[in-house]
Amino acid sequence: MRATVPPNPFDELMDYAKSLSDGDTREQIVSAIFQTSRDICKETITYTKREKLHETEKLDRIFTSKIWGFPIMLAMLAVVIYITIAGANVPSSLLAEFFGWFEGYITLAFEKMHAPEWLHGILVLGLYRGTTWVVSVMLPPMAIFFPIFALLENYGYLPRVAFNMDRLFKKSGAHGKQSLTMAMGFGCNAAAIMSTRIIESPRERMLAILTNNFVPCNGRWPTLILLASLFMAAGYTGGWKTLMTASVVVAMVVFGIVVTLTVSWVLSKTALRGMPTHYTLELPPYRRPKIWDTIVRSTLDKSIYVLKRAVTVAAPAGVLTWVLANIHIGDTTVLAHVAHLLDPFARQLGLDGYILMAFILGLPANEIVLPILLMGYLSTGALTEVDGLHSLKQIFLDHGWTWLTALNMMLFSLLHYPCGTTLINIYKETKSKKWTFVAFALPTGIAIAVTFTTAHIAQWLGLI
Amino acid sequence: MNNREYTIALAGNPNTGKSTLFNVLTGLRQHTGNWPGKTVVHAEGFFTYKDEQYRIIDLPGTYSLYSNSVDEEVARDFIIFAKPDVTLVVLDATALERNLNLALQVLEMTDRVIVCLNLMDEAKKKGIVIDIAKLSKKLGVPVVPLAARNKEGIEELLETIVRMVHGEIKTKPIVVSYSRAIEEKITKLLPLVKEIVGEEYPARWVALRLLDGDTSLLHALQHQPHHLLKGVPNYACHCSAKSI
Amino acid sequence: MTQAKLERLCDAQPGERFRITKINIEGTMKRRLLDLGFVPGCEVTVLQKSPLGDPTAYRVSHTTIALRKEESSNIYGERIGNE
Ligand SMILES: Nc1nc2c(ncn2[C@@H]2O[C@H](COP(=O)(O)OP(=O)(O)O)[C@@H](O)[C@H]2O)c(=O)[nH]1
Ligand SMILES: [Mg+2]
Repeated sequence: MRATVPPNPFDELMDYAKSLSDGDTREQIVSAIFQTSRDICKETITYTKREKLHETEKLDRIFTSKIWGFPIMLAMLAVVIYITIAGANVPSSLLAEFFGWFEGYITLAFEKMHAPEWLHGILVLGLYRGTTWVVSVMLPPMAIFFPIFALLENYGYLPRVAFNMDRLFKKSGAHGKQSLTMAMGFGCNAAAIMSTRIIESPRERMLAILTNNFVPCNGRWPTLILLASLFMAAGYTGGWKTLMTASVVVAMVVFGIVVTLTVSWVLSKTALRGMPTHYTLELPPYRRPKIWDTIVRSTLDKSIYVLKRAVTVAAPAGVLTWVLANIHIGDTTVLAHVAHLLDPFARQLGLDGYILMAFILGLPANEIVLPILLMGYLSTGALTEVDGLHSLKQIFLDHGWTWLTALNMMLFSLLHYPCGTTLINIYKETKSKKWTFVAFALPTGIAIAVTFTTAHIAQWLGLI
Repeated sequence: MNNREYTIALAGNPNTGKSTLFNVLTGLRQHTGNWPGKTVVHAEGFFTYKDEQYRIIDLPGTYSLYSNSVDEEVARDFIIFAKPDVTLVVLDATALERNLNLALQVLEMTDRVIVCLNLMDEAKKKGIVIDIAKLSKKLGVPVVPLAARNKEGIEELLETIVRMVHGEIKTKPIVVSYSRAIEEKITKLLPLVKEIVGEEYPARWVALRLLDGDTSLLHALQHQPHHLLKGVPNYACHCSAKSI
Repeated sequence: MTQAKLERLCDAQPGERFRITKINIEGTMKRRLLDLGFVPGCEVTVLQKSPLGDPTAYRVSHTTIALRKEESSNIYGERIGNE
């Protein structure tokens, strides 16, 4: 009897089902299911502490209140950054000292073995210094920042941020959950690109992808923190210095958010036109995190992550930079040559050729930008033993840095193109070369425009 | 001697502790955090219990399985087509009413279900007392109270899983009764569904989905996504995988 | 009960309870709302407005869900007094 069956029984079935059903079938189905759940709950649940049920709501009346909502958000950010800066200082310099001390022995060993100069150069001055530099600058702040962040995340504060900020995102044509993907960006932009999957509308997801870069990731926090503390808080000491540094970093983050909103707004009026789609946001109850577990685990995870990155990107970058700094064309090194070429343009942005070159070589990973810069600055062609922040500052000052150079480098770091891994993820997620290119070009254009403007305004005002 | 590997799927609303439970069972480190939407890349992990191999899949958290979104389709397809040996429905004990909806939906799709009542520690703090035995009787499947983050109840869960994969547990999932009108339509559709779609899929559930106009399901049934039978949907990742 | 007496959810004030009778939204959004417990016949409590005035958080089947005005102005029902 197969022959009598129509060519596509499935379509027939669907048509038949359609003819049976009326408009609000879904509503009836869900109502019945809900009714069943309610009946089951009524028979199986007893509430013994009514007053405890609404604790979260009481807290929300503070955390998301008209008066306190935004100040608390800002304060949380400031406190997290303050603790990071205050806590990272000492371990960072201890690590740097330790690595410097250890390097002495390695060098000694090389001399004992009569290893050739170039081998020592590549392995110790390039690879070892590049890697340890990244570790000592990156590890402490990241091992402090992320556990605190994880605590907030596990407590349930992030959805409240989304709740508070929703209106701003809606006004700029973006999705309200973009604040959640931005929060992920603090950790790693590459991972945050994947997290934009929570945004279902393709248009808004693209907005979130293209602007995610404007939140500093863990490869850029240390740069921001270091430059802020060296140049922006120079006149202060002790607690005030930390406070000043933290304020500058917070200002950077806030500026990144402003840029995000502005860019989203412009894009949603032009290339990505459209209305913000509807969505619902669940605010889960606050849950007290397992404080100790969360801290230990997140510290471990982040440390392993930083160490891995140091080995996989900083080590090769260290070698490459050393090589470039030691191969001569005529009487200058390749590195100096390139820096010289870039210099006129970089000057327009309030930077110099070496800084721009460091950003270019730092495409694979943001954490190597500073080490490359330092390597470039040192005529010996290798990273110095930077003992402490003071000599670091001296290197910068010797190369004509002012607070404006630092500010522009921070701005450029905050705004420029995403790192290589992030770009790869963007390509994977959007499957579009065009949009990946936009994700590269748009932030870069903005970084150039902003630094150009600050540099020229400062000059024009005679601030420098 | 049994070399078979059993498949376990984790379903549930967002933020009910699925990834936490996944991590406890597999020793992996999926991202967890108190906000809905973290797990966007779902992961697969493995564990051994009492000399038997299990593969466990952390499905994306969803509020329903009615294919309103890609996530829901992924979760639905996995349960329907990959036919896991056990589906763990992870519920938030502090918001059981909303959470039970999903459990009821899963129970329409398969009878190999264990309901995990997670976050029992939070429920206790809030003075929410749940009659587990009664709940289990009502639902017709085992209910295991858990506090995944504190690793409480895991042993009982594992034991229940073992008994279920060995067919030692007879389940009798609750049947949600719909309005008279809908029930009549289901009755009309059932024979046709059984004939055309086949007996291997839950006919009553398919009929309901059809009445709801779920074309994506029919499409999936027609072109049975065979890759699902073996693996996980395309963007699954292996042990070392890290989700957001 | 007549249509005229129906009020919009967005007009209910924090602290008020609200019984839903009708959801005037189509498509995915309506289905999502149903999944979350915004089902005709159910009760919702208005909890809190976001600092910038929108969205608003609602308590629905023991969970807290925030909705924008676009949605809540299309959910109809009656206000049934304060908590
Ligand atoms: N108090 C408590 N918290 C838990 C428990 N299980 C998970 N959590 C927390 O609940 C949040 C959500 O868990 P997660 O596994 O990410 O949920 P998923 O979205 O279902 O994967 C996290 O902050 C977990 O730490 C539990 O048994 N008790
Ligand atoms: Mg998860």
